[in-house]
This record gives sequence, structure tokens and C-alpha cells, in this order.
Amino acid sequence: MSDFVSGFWNIYVVGIVLVSVIGCGVFLWSQSSAKSVEGETTGHVWDEDLQEYSNPLPNWWRWLFYITIIFSLFYLAMYPGLGTYQGQFNWSSAGQYDGEIKKADDLYGPIYRKFQSQDIMTVATNSEAREMGQRLFLTYCAQCHGSDAKGARSFPNLTDNDWLFGGMPEQIKESIVKGRDAMMPPKGLKPDLNGDQIKDLAHYVRSLSGLSSDSIRIQRGKELFAPSCGACHGPDGKGTLALAPNLTDKTWLYGSSEAEIINGITNGRVNRMPAWGEFLGDAKVHLLTAYVYGLGGGVKGAVAAAPVAAPAPAPVVAAPAEKK
Amino acid sequence: MQSQATYNYKVVRQFAVMTVIWGIVGMLVGVIIAAQLIWPELNVVEWLSYGRLRPLHTNAVIFAFGGCALFATSYYAVQRTSHAVLFAPALAAFTFWGWQLIIVLAALSLPLGFTSGKEYAELEWPIDILITLVWVSYAVVFFGTIIKRKVSHIYVANWFFGGFILTVAVLHLVNSAAIPVLAAGFLTPKSYSAYAGVQDAMIQWWYGHNAVGFFLTAGFLGMMYYFVPKQAGRPIYSYRLSVVHFWALIFTYMWAGPHHLHYTALPDWTQSVGMIFSLILLAPSWGGMINGIMTLSGAWHKLRDDPILKFMITSLSFYGMSTFEGPMMSIKTVNALSHYTDWTVGHVHSGALGWVAMISIGCIYYLLPRLFGKPEMHSKKLIEAHFWIATIGIVLYIASMWIAGVMQGLMWRATNVDGTLTYSFVESVKATYPFWTIRLLGGLLFLSGMLIMAYNMFLTIAGGKAVNDAPVLAPAAAH
Repeated sequence: MSDFVSGFWNIYVVGIVLVSVIGCGVFLWSQSSAKSVEGETTGHVWDEDLQEYSNPLPNWWRWLFYITIIFSLFYLAMYPGLGTYQGQFNWSSAGQYDGEIKKADDLYGPIYRKFQSQDIMTVATNSEAREMGQRLFLTYCAQCHGSDAKGARSFPNLTDNDWLFGGMPEQIKESIVKGRDAMMPPKGLKPDLNGDQIKDLAHYVRSLSGLSSDSIRIQRGKELFAPSCGACHGPDGKGTLALAPNLTDKTWLYGSSEAEIINGITNGRVNRMPAWGEFLGDAKVHLLTAYVYGLGGGVKGAVAAAPVAAPAPAPVVAAPAEKK
Repeated sequence: MQSQATYNYKVVRQFAVMTVIWGIVGMLVGVIIAAQLIWPELNVVEWLSYGRLRPLHTNAVIFAFGGCALFATSYYAVQRTSHAVLFAPALAAFTFWGWQLIIVLAALSLPLGFTSGKEYAELEWPIDILITLVWVSYAVVFFGTIIKRKVSHIYVANWFFGGFILTVAVLHLVNSAAIPVLAAGFLTPKSYSAYAGVQDAMIQWWYGHNAVGFFLTAGFLGMMYYFVPKQAGRPIYSYRLSVVHFWALIFTYMWAGPHHLHYTALPDWTQSVGMIFSLILLAPSWGGMINGIMTLSGAWHKLRDDPILKFMITSLSFYGMSTFEGPMMSIKTVNALSHYTDWTVGHVHSGALGWVAMISIGCIYYLLPRLFGKPEMHSKKLIEAHFWIATIGIVLYIASMWIAGVMQGLMWRATNVDGTLTYSFVESVKATYPFWTIRLLGGLLFLSGMLIMAYNMFLTIAGGKAVNDAPVLAPAAAH
């Protein structure tokens, strides 16, 4: 153990704990033999009528006290408590954790591994695997993506066929294993955009998916779009897989209101899905990938060079988070 | 024959009345947050949201309600058992107005979002400094009166009050140590703890558990030791028991804090030491219960028609129950199930409502007529009604939280055949709704009882003429 910076503190802890526990017993023993006369008062009187009987300590209470002290000494002999002494049972909370994890692996590992050799498409159609995948999803993914996998603000919907990082099995697996980071810089490539220009851009971006907007601002925004946003979102705003979402569809990760789009352009967006590979292990990731793939939007793995598969990304000017 | 000097009842009266007022305020906030758990749409604006009101509830019931009750009863008991007028009356007045100011500042700053994030010590550093000033003044007044006493022996109630005052001073100073944030060269009300990581957690729970042990236990045991024998008209059951359980209690409580941090980054040895001292704490805690309940031995018939005594005895029973439950919950295996569930909330309230509030209510009913020159409270029937409403409220509260807590603990650890969790967290929330509703009902009943008490109190005060302080009594002749 590395809880102590020097051997002194170990001795200090052992000493003070033992003296304190045993001290309680010695104190109780010394007081048990103090004189007491049952049924008589001590003779002191306060505030007219406050008095105290000189009754001895109740025996059952005394023994209750002694038993807790004896138990404590036994416990300290068996479990860690006296400084660096590990106890006769050699128990530690880290050891208990490792033991439980190993037991769980031995017990549940084979259940998961039996699907590992099958390809994702096959697993996705196996009902037993789908049930297990759903249970994993509800335990680890539902907190953000929702128990129906339909996402929420800033958490992508996994049931449609709109993908920020790709909907092919290997792309989904990569998202789960490594996580995804997404960042849209404030004001894109033009840090000198002023408030009015940002508003123009917002109107233009809204017009891309047919939302109501001011025609003059659309004109001005269109000119600003290519130099500010086009590098990532593409000159036509249709996005780039794994880089920037499609701005021309109906999917909005952060909302489609003018104010929300202005907020996105002005302040940028940062989003992250954590990496699960190490924590879950290959077998569980495999099942989860198949489950997510089977939710409805999975893209049949074809040629790797087929980007912008479905209507591609979506969110506002915002950068992708992690879509399915 | 008596000297003309009279006890200082003014400050006692002030604190006694404010005990009832703050009790209502604090418990009302409790009822509101209980309702917010059932109907989240009641979180209307951020400064009345659950996260802001919850610390307001705990601060109001512990430090405003409980604090005022402790000030009132300790100032009353220390004068009468010392046969001396309160020392430094101006300082005593300062403790009253200072304490009320602290409560008002808490009621403003917590909803506004100023918090140090330390449970039961959320108030920010400027208020912490004010608390320190008031508390030091309290100590001067209390121990000054003890020094002035006309009897050589110090009555047992004063040991507990004294232990509580000294220890709370140490706890407050150590745990509240913080570094204020500077902005543009000026101090801001925001601060960060002087400690970091697991040391910070350990100091916080050393404080937190001793806030329970000293503020909510030792102080109220002081109350018990004066008012129970007074109301029962019987001597304390055993002087020897009070000696042993006093020293054992104050010594052992100091060690018990780590049981709040089982299965965390706190080293295993520290957790074990916290657990064994929590177990050893059982007997010292029960010593107080035995001494209180056995004081009634031979006068059980008084319980039939004395509702004040009913409050006191019931409070001791709840004290015994929750100090049995506490050591059990400190056992690691039990804690693995109970921790983070509503069981903890039930345990706390069996202590807070059952013990702390019930003994305070009993003592305030004892005090009010004596402080306002009346033979008794305006209505004994209303005290009786208060007692039954409060008791039913507590039973509903703690029973529902026990069931909810055990249910949550079992749901959280349930696994499917493939090792995944059987229930998502939100399913355990959904399953808890019926119990939260029963809890709300229990809380509402307890609050109603306090409203009855306030009504009874105002009629008791209103009917009286000018209030006379009682003359200081000469000590009884020494035996």
C-alpha cells in the first residue's frame, strides 16, 4: 500500500487505533467498578428538583459495549484497518472488485463470445443477439441516446439513416470503440465575421432546407458561406462525412431556430462521444454494433469509397457529434 | 429572601419563538422539494429548483430550527442549573440577532446559487466568518455562565451542551477553510475548499458525521437531560451511565465519518476504522436513550395524559432506533446495498424528525408558558393532536423511505442472465413514485403539526400580560 509517506505514519495509525479501541474497554471496565448505590441519589440538587440516581450501569448495556469492542478487535485482525497490515483474510476493495469482474467474465464471457465470429449483418438478424444488444444499449448508451435510441438535443438519433460518421458496420464499430470528437470553430474560417454577417449566414443556412428566411439576407449569406463554411460543409452545404454535417436536410442536432444557428456560428460547437472499446471489450462491442446497425438506418457495407452514403449528416452549422 | 436578580429569559423567548417559525419554514421547503421529486414541473425557476432548495431545506431545519432550539434550551438550562444569570447579556443578544442574520443570508444566498458545495456546510465564506463570530460569542456566554455558577457540580445537561458548542466550533473552522476567488483584484463570495481530492472528502465527512453527532445529538441530549427529568418529575436514572456514555459518545463519534465513504477512493484501512468505531458507537448512543427512558420508570402513568412527555419519550425511542440503524448501515456489506438510496434519507429523517424535532417540540412546549408567564399552554388538546399527527407523519415518512431504499438498492444490483443490468436507472425512479407520494404525505402531516404548534404558541403568548422573568433561585443546601 502507498497510503503513507513514511513508516512513521503506519506506526502512528496502528498505535492510535489500538489505544482508542482498547481504551474504550478499559474506560468502561474502570467505570463499572466505581461505587454506586442502587435506588439512592448522588445527593446533588440543581434548580429545585433536578437529581440523579446512583444506579449502576445496566449489565446488558455493559456487555453490549464490550461485545462491540471485542468484535472490532477481531475485525481489525481479519481486515485492513491497522495501517499497512492487510488482515488475515487478505481482503482489499480492489481485490474484491477484481475478483467480481473475473467471476463475471468467466460466467458471462462465453455468452458474448459465441457471436463474435459471425459478421455484423448476421448478428443483426439474430433475435437472441438483438435482445442482448438491447440490454447492453440500455445499460451503456441509453443515458445519452435515449432508451428508444432516438437521441436528444446534441445526441444523435440512431434510428434514422442519417449518419455523421457513417452507417456501415465497420464505421459504427469504430464510433463505439474509439469514440468520436467533433469541433466546429467559432465563425468557421472567418474569425472577423460580425453579428450582422452571422445573421445573414443563419438565414442562408435555414434556406438550404426550405425554412423561412429573409431573401436579402439569403443573398448576402450565400456569398459569405463558401469562404466561411464551405471548406467543411461543402460549397453546397451538403456536408462531408465524418467532418461536417449536411445542412440541407431536415435533421438538426442542436435545433433549427435562427437564434440557435446564430449561437452555433458565433460560439462554435464541441461535442464528444466517449470511447467504449477498452471498457466493454470486443465481444460486447460486436453485439452493440449489430444492435445499432439493426435499428433501421444501417448502411450495407459496400465499397469503402462511397462517402455521403445516405442523406449524410445534418446538424446545424454545428459540427457532428456522433451519429449512430 | 430571594435576591432580586432574575434569569435572562428575553433571549430564551426570542430563540424559542423563532424555533417554531423556522421549523415551519424549513419543513415547508422540505415539503416543496418532496413534491418536486414527484412533479418535476414544479421546478419553475432556477432559484426555486430542487438543487437550490435542497440545501436550503437542510440548513433551515438543522441550523435555523435545530439551532434556535439549542440556543433557547441551553440558555435556559445553563442559567437554572448554575443558579446564575446569563453571562454577558449583550453578547447573548448578539448571538440571537447574528444567528437570525445568518439564517436570512442563507435563505437568500442558497437559492441564488452561492454554495461551497459541501453538504451541511454550503454557506460561502463571508457567512462562515459571521457564523464563527456568533459561535465564539455563544461559547463565551455559555461557559461564562458555567463559571459564574453557584453550585460546585456541573449538571450533566451542561456537559453535553458544552461538548456540542466546543466541537461544533472546531468542526466549522476546519471544514470551512477555503480560498476565496479573486476577480479583478477583489474578493468574491465564491471560494474553493482548502483541501483537495480524497482528503477533502474525508474532512467533509468528518465534519458531516460530527454535525450529526454533536449538533444533532450531543446538543439535543443536553436538552433531554434537563427537560425530561423536569417534565417527569423524576431523578435521572443513573449518574454513572451519564458519565460513561458522555465520554464514550464524544470520543467515538469523532472516528465514525469514513462510513460515509465506503467503497470510494478512501483507503481501505480508513474505511474499516470508520466502520468499527461506528459499531462501537451503538452502546454509547443507547446509554442516552436508556437514561432518558428509565428516568420515567415509576412514573409511566404520566404518559397517559401528558402530551409533552409523550413527545419526549417518543423522541428517545426514535433516537434508539436510528442509533441502532446507523451502526448497521455503517457495515460495509449493508452499506453496499443502502448507500445512495432513499434508505439513507429515511434513516436521516428518523433521526431528524423522530429524535431532533420531537425532543425540541417537547422542550419548547415546556418552555413557552414559563417564558410568557402562563400556567400552561393555551390548549393541551392541540399538543395532543400535534403529537399524533407528527408521529403518524414520521412513520409514513420513514417506512416509505425504507421500502423505497431497499427496492432501489436491489433494482440497481439486479442483473440479467448475460450480466447486463435488469433495470435502467430511470426504471428505479419510476418505481419509487408511490413511495415519494407517501413520503410527501408524511412530510405534510409533520408540517401541519408545526402549524398547530404555532397557533397554540401565539394564543399562549397573546393571552398573557407583561412577562416576568423568574427570580434566580438560591442553590439547594449541600448534602
